[in-house]
Amino acid sequence: MQRTVFRNRWLPYLLVLPQMAVTVVFFFWPAFKSLQLSLYRVSPFGDTMTFVGLENFEKLLADPAYYRSVVNSFVFAGGVTVLAVSSALLMSALATQKIRGLTLYRTLLLWPYGIAPAVAGIIFLFIFHPTYGILPYFLSFVTSYEFNWLLKGWVAMTLVIVATAWTHLGYNIAFYVAGLLAIPGSVLEAADVDGAGPLRRFASIVFPLVSPITFYLVTLNMVFAFFESFGVIDAVTKGGPGDATTIMVFKLYKDGFIGLNLGSSGAQSTILMALVIGLTMLQFRYAEKKVTYR
Amino acid sequence: MPSPMTRLRSAAWAGALLVVLALAPAPALAKTEIQFWHAMTGQLNDATNELVKQFNDSQSEYEVKPLRKGTYPETLTAAIAAYRQHQAPHIVQVFEVGTQTMLLSGAVYPVYQLMKDQEIAVEWKDFIAPVVGYYSKDGNLYSMPFNSSTPILYYNKDAFQKAGLDPSKPPQTWKQVEEYSKKLIASGASKCGFTTGWPSWTMVENMHAWHDQPFATRHNGFDGLDAQLLINKEFGVMHLTKLTEWQKGNIYSYGGRQGTADPKFVNGECAMHIQSSALIGGFTRSVKFAWGTGQLPFWGPPYTKATSIIGGATLWVMKGKPASENRGTAKFLKFLSEPPQQMWWHVTTGYLAISNTAVKNLEAGYHFKKFPDQYTAFAQLTKGKATANSQGIRLGNFVQIRDVIEGEMENIFAGKKTPKHGLDEAVAKSNEILKEFAAANKQ
Repeated sequence: MQRTVFRNRWLPYLLVLPQMAVTVVFFFWPAFKSLQLSLYRVSPFGDTMTFVGLENFEKLLADPAYYRSVVNSFVFAGGVTVLAVSSALLMSALATQKIRGLTLYRTLLLWPYGIAPAVAGIIFLFIFHPTYGILPYFLSFVTSYEFNWLLKGWVAMTLVIVATAWTHLGYNIAFYVAGLLAIPGSVLEAADVDGAGPLRRFASIVFPLVSPITFYLVTLNMVFAFFESFGVIDAVTKGGPGDATTIMVFKLYKDGFIGLNLGSSGAQSTILMALVIGLTMLQFRYAEKKVTYR
Repeated sequence: MPSPMTRLRSAAWAGALLVVLALAPAPALAKTEIQFWHAMTGQLNDATNELVKQFNDSQSEYEVKPLRKGTYPETLTAAIAAYRQHQAPHIVQVFEVGTQTMLLSGAVYPVYQLMKDQEIAVEWKDFIAPVVGYYSKDGNLYSMPFNSSTPILYYNKDAFQKAGLDPSKPPQTWKQVEEYSKKLIASGASKCGFTTGWPSWTMVENMHAWHDQPFATRHNGFDGLDAQLLINKEFGVMHLTKLTEWQKGNIYSYGGRQGTADPKFVNGECAMHIQSSALIGGFTRSVKFAWGTGQLPFWGPPYTKATSIIGGATLWVMKGKPASENRGTAKFLKFLSEPPQQMWWHVTTGYLAISNTAVKNLEAGYHFKKFPDQYTAFAQLTKGKATANSQGIRLGNFVQIRDVIEGEMENIFAGKKTPKHGLDEAVAKSNEILKEFAAANKQ
């Protein structure tokens, strides 16, 4: 393999500079700012800032509503990750069979990823809304069960989990299809000759071989669910009923941008950041050992 | 050499560019621009633009530029961000619950002061008291009322007819609401009795004012930042208990926050609806059955009736603009407050006209005779006995407090908490929020 050697000592740094600049300006600087905010009490218009030390954190940790949002976040992120990754694997396995119209199916499967979360939320609203949704309307003919997630917390949670998982399905499928296609046909054929059925082949060959992708997707989906699932929740439940679907990122948005309590919002984003960094590190440390890289 | 096709394409592009340049408007004469940020959507956005256009056409010195910045909270957040960058608009529309935040922000130029400094006479006395009271401090108006409404009762006349009720008589008491609902459901005229929009605003804030009950201590917060909520007292618990009971048998059907319950009324599911008077315009266009309006239902003795309180938004003037531009802002606000514009705005949108002269003119022109539904809100606000409890509510971080109350209402309606327990928690959480606000706004 040929190694590229830079003659100029500074050239490599210059070349990575744009990427570093983007990272610093759009990631490190805001992160630093929210860390700073978390130590202050800020008036809504930002003209008076009082240093309060860790008071914002103390208040959060004494607030039962905050713990509920943490629990909600784990339920939500867990639900989204399991649903989005497992159904993506299933659909990708189907989409790599030798069937007619394969390209069409694969293209269609990618579509949900092209839909903005807020739009996905609105679509789900039109389907599932207890008042004007089409599904509860049809359900009312066959069952007297009231599909009212405006009052039933767990129904609301299920709904936003399904909606969010759906928006991320296309992305996961893209990775899985690529991974499945990369599995050498000869290996599967050999297993077939040895008498392994489709399920056995999937469990002993396919699943371990795509495990790096599974690991990557689980990590990514989890981070996505913790941080970027705001759009769906805002469009569908706005955190309700009660605070049944108020996950951490939604609470910090509500407190910061609607309640104009920037100090608390900063503290919440600091905790969220630490939590997700911690979870990702844990995953790399323990789960990665079970992953077979080729 | 480029192919003929390529050349043809370039020629087409050049031609298109020329057309675009020719169509571009000539640079306007230097008019002073007044930035006006608002949160009006759909038909209300059109009406706002039309009103601004009327002002721009009425004179040549100033040009007001309306810009929709999203929802109410988004507009407020945008204005705050802009203020911090010294890029604030001249005028920003803020909803009623943001009043305390704006008053204490130190970022606003009080409207009464602006008019005084610009020596523009405004007949403040002519403004409707409940509207002015909500936005005044020490008797001076701080922001210009723009779109004001109050909750009223809408009812489905066709369903009333079908249920054997008099379609010209809306229920006046909650007892009648219960009784009528049962008849409506039993006769199959509707699936549910009534539903509500903006749950905290209609069922908690307004119900307290309407029954002359305090919502918070310190004169509903008008007298100081150390106010505490009082909604977990006898009246609040009684009302929420009734609403919860009525969920069984569908006498009351909860339809979510803001306006998400509207379809329940519009599609005939619920025969009655308690919502903002500003929906009259929309309902006139979209509702297929005959409908009417009535005043808010009343519980009767031992309570006494006061007036309802308003909701909606006002226009705040941001500080730090040159006097020459402030003059344009002042002229625009003065224009908005004049009777002809007030009448046009009311007739077009259903929002209340805020000057007594405008209301009198509407009466004289038989407007209310022709559209009696548009009178309900005025009657409810002006004919009752104005008391300390019905002037309005002034609390810091009211947006969050409303969110807390509505969250607990949902817990109560879902049966997760008893009305007393839910309201106690709403009060405890809200008092924390108020404490936080007081601490952040210590002068």
